[in-house]
Amino acid sequence: MTQIKMFGPGCAKCRQTEKVVREAVATSGAAAEVVKVSDMLEITAAGVMSTPAVMVDGKIMCLGKVPTKAEVLSWLVS
Amino acid sequence: MSADRQPTCACAAPAAKPSPAGLGRYLLWGLPLLAAWFAVYRHLPDLSRWLTYHLLGLTPGSHLGEAVEFFLYDTPKVFLLLTLVVFGVGLVRSYFSPERTRAMLAGRREAAGNMLSASLGIVTPFCSCSAVPLFIGFVSAGVPLGVTFSFLIAAPMINEVALVLLYGLFGWKVAGLYLATGLMVAIAAGWVIGRLGLEHWTEDWVRQMRAAPGVMLEDRLSPAGRVEYALQAVREIVGRVWPYVLAGIAVGAGIHGYLPQDFLAGIMGKSAWWSVPLAVLLGIPMYANAAGVVPVIQALMAKGAALGTVLAFMMSVIALSLPEMLILRKVLKPRLIAVFAGVVGVGILLVGYLFNLVL
Repeated sequence: MTQIKMFGPGCAKCRQTEKVVREAVATSGAAAEVVKVSDMLEITAAGVMSTPAVMVDGKIMCLGKVPTKAEVLSWLVS
Repeated sequence: MSADRQPTCACAAPAAKPSPAGLGRYLLWGLPLLAAWFAVYRHLPDLSRWLTYHLLGLTPGSHLGEAVEFFLYDTPKVFLLLTLVVFGVGLVRSYFSPERTRAMLAGRREAAGNMLSASLGIVTPFCSCSAVPLFIGFVSAGVPLGVTFSFLIAAPMINEVALVLLYGLFGWKVAGLYLATGLMVAIAAGWVIGRLGLEHWTEDWVRQMRAAPGVMLEDRLSPAGRVEYALQAVREIVGRVWPYVLAGIAVGAGIHGYLPQDFLAGIMGKSAWWSVPLAVLLGIPMYANAAGVVPVIQALMAKGAALGTVLAFMMSVIALSLPEMLILRKVLKPRLIAVFAGVVGVGILLVGYLFNLVL
């Protein structure tokens, strides 16, 4: 199952990212586990310095910006 | 994607849409648009005068006439400038990232490191909501504490919105001086904090963190992608900031039209030596983005307030923001936050006096 982690302390951009990711997962129907990481320690430990960030199966796909639904869908396909 | 307004987060990184349009199509639209921009910009004084005194039929020299003309001239002027500059800076920012900046700063010595760090603070896309991970990321990767502070001071203070507005309303000299002194404050304050050796005043868990390996995105942006990034930046920044700009210009117009000349000279003029420290202190609890503050500052100055006092106030409002200090509380002990505010405050104070003396 695809593991998606969204990093963000909770500003509007991070909430927007979560919304986009969940929408994309629902649309694609893929089996994916979506986790929101807001804890600063965890975000830092992952090496993320620009939020929001999205990690798919351990690989950072989006850094410092809100991804578009199309982008997320493309990650789920690959 | 709908334009999002985020009143609390200062994120500047936009969402770039992958579109099939190549660079050619952007140039095709962009060049005539740029020409139109210049044409409108050049005619703004005439346009605003015509609108105020012919279309609206107001009396030249009257309070209302002055105020309305000011508003109708400044509003399109500021927005034209904002759009162009935010776009340009967006293009520049597409080449930078905190990850790349950290790689450039790791292990640098002080002084040179402070200078590079402050300069990078201007061009690196930085969101105040990621201040904590960025701080820890920098420090744990070997960027000296003082150098990190130079970055954190420069980034919010020397933002392109402030510079555009200062240029548009005061001319390039004032904007240039703000840029130069802003850099000097960031470099000097960061250097001083570094020299004080206050690493033990960061929270304990920060020092225990080991640097995570650098996270970088593999695909680089194409030229068309950079244009989209910059366009998105315009949509987001101008989209977030416009009510403040409008309000600020409106207040400025009111002051311009209605306050008697030299009304504020007594309070904020050069002769009042205590006006600079007062301005700095007043700025600390106030949190506004540069957009709202600058037009008000213009009107204040037109009424006799000294440039140094007013700029010190502006720097204090932007650089010493309570929300950001609260965010940094997670990684800094209160003593260090106090030192940070104190050192930066003194720096701004000196800038204020310097401006008042020299200009």
